[in-house]
Amino acid sequence: MSKEATVVNENNAMIRDMIRDFAEKEIRPHMRVWDETQEFPVPLFRKMGALGLMGVLVPHEYDGSGFGYQEYVTVISEIARVDGSIGLSVAAHNSLCTGHLLQFGNEAQKKKWLPKLASGEWIGAWGLTEPNTGSDAARMNTVAVKDGDYYVINGSKNFITHGKSGDIFVVIVRTGEKGDSRGMTAFSIVKGTPGFSSGRKEDKLGMRASETTELIFEDCRVHKDNMIGAEGEGFIQSLKVLDGGRISIAALALGIARGALEASIIYAGQRHQFGKPIASFQGISFKLADMATKIEAAELLTRRAAELKDNHQPVTKESAMAKYYASEIAVEVSTEAVQIFGGYGYTKDYPVEKYYRDSKLCTIGEGTTEIQKIVISRSILA
Amino acid sequence: MKILVCITHVPDTTSRIAFTDGDTKFDSNGVQYIIGPYDDYAVARAVELKESQGATITVVNVGRVETEPTIRKALAIGADDAIRINAEPEDSYFVAKQIANVAKDSGYDLILMGRESIDFNGGVVHGIVGELLEIPSVSSVMKLDIDGNVAKIAREIEGGKEYIELEMPFVAGCQEPIAEWKIPNMRGIMTARSKPLNVVDPVDTDHLDKLVRFELPPPKGDIKMIDPEHMEELVSLLKNEAKVL
Repeated sequence: MSKEATVVNENNAMIRDMIRDFAEKEIRPHMRVWDETQEFPVPLFRKMGALGLMGVLVPHEYDGSGFGYQEYVTVISEIARVDGSIGLSVAAHNSLCTGHLLQFGNEAQKKKWLPKLASGEWIGAWGLTEPNTGSDAARMNTVAVKDGDYYVINGSKNFITHGKSGDIFVVIVRTGEKGDSRGMTAFSIVKGTPGFSSGRKEDKLGMRASETTELIFEDCRVHKDNMIGAEGEGFIQSLKVLDGGRISIAALALGIARGALEASIIYAGQRHQFGKPIASFQGISFKLADMATKIEAAELLTRRAAELKDNHQPVTKESAMAKYYASEIAVEVSTEAVQIFGGYGYTKDYPVEKYYRDSKLCTIGEGTTEIQKIVISRSILA
Repeated sequence: MKILVCITHVPDTTSRIAFTDGDTKFDSNGVQYIIGPYDDYAVARAVELKESQGATITVVNVGRVETEPTIRKALAIGADDAIRINAEPEDSYFVAKQIANVAKDSGYDLILMGRESIDFNGGVVHGIVGELLEIPSVSSVMKLDIDGNVAKIAREIEGGKEYIELEMPFVAGCQEPIAEWKIPNMRGIMTARSKPLNVVDPVDTDHLDKLVRFELPPPKGDIKMIDPEHMEELVSLLKNEAKVL
């Protein structure tokens, strides 16, 4: 193993232990209540900020942790191994909002906002999707019209993580022709800006501690200094942000799958039927073998994408493959976990029904499985 | 203030313990290692003292190269530099002699460590280090405050606490709740590698004892499940079979 790989492995082991210690104390005891009441636990995010988990990829000069994607994959998957919804929020904060500002913000914007995001003092949100434009994001209806030094934004965004509790929002809105990939522009909007508000909070199947709401813009005036990059570049930027975002969701799915497998292994060893542990029956042990193998494959795809990203190589195809595969196997593994737990798996007293509900988001959020297949097929047919 | 914290590199508390070579060697196969939990509290208190009144913290470990990740965890938590004494930690006297040797001319005001390691549970290294350095040593320290040159200490004693004061320098064997247990943050993990970790050779030390063999406790018997409806059966088993009533 190269010296560099040894360092990454040792850092990852230390990060893994740190998150396990933190999650057992600060997440596991509360996650059922957060899930049942759909509470987004803001104080937890401040604590994660103090640990450096809210600015994993942000360089030290902006008060971030200065790590790469390999360590980032460890962070997201280890949090999701305990609670997928907290993993999702940490992922959205780090890779979408913070990631967009980090990649495309100018120096003044980065100096102004990144330290607040990296410390967890501010929670970040990112808005691309609209009620009628999900996969077809380029046909968005929310528009920004130039008025002197300001842009006036009207419209709405939906399914926005941290839409209510977020302190800063990066939103992509239309400044040109509908359907023109150069007709959209990214702006950052700080909470409390007149004309900007959050709408309905979604009541979701899973990922319930992660807040998802609508954003509403009614003659919201945003100064041109809040434009990220140049006018017309917003959509192109967002595709690049999503290349990294897919690694996030792959890591999220990986963590959920691993949590479901670990719970299944313990249960299958303890649960006795016909006088022996159910793990001793091939029907169960083969399921566990399949689950473990799929997780291993998903991790290799995810780590491969992370490696390319860390080396600044093209990653669109590989991150789509990792996201597609890891999210699909997270659903399969957590479904099998419920099956192994039998009747108990269907109850809230056991952990696996939550993995089962949470996992499904992974095949939908930040590009559905079908969109990933489009991305992959375009890449291999090009 | 200069603080030396001595840490052990011990199997995780959930490890399955086994021996090889005719029960004379610990089988480290598949074992995860951690900083000794009591030592972890000593590190945490040192970091608290550094944050509240300023200090430099050196961690020291007697061990081979495989203990370095454990040492770097202490650096990630907040120690400034580290010393690894390159030797197997053979017994308490050997370890204490090595620690005393690196500490003797370095002017540490405080030498902290766990009250015992959680592998061999000797609980005597702090006493021997104090003796070798001709400074006091106290153990089972649950509270440690520094006021000028004087330490105010609470020790756990049978059924209660003892409060004492003594002047620095001294050696303390620590235990909870001496400090809020600390986990490293991401910045600490990243900077751990850039902090000095100096490897030094051990000094020759007499062997005062010789290991004969280890023995594991007898395996736990099978669990008998008794239906809650049949209390009399439970009482009878506890009386006649387990003989605990």
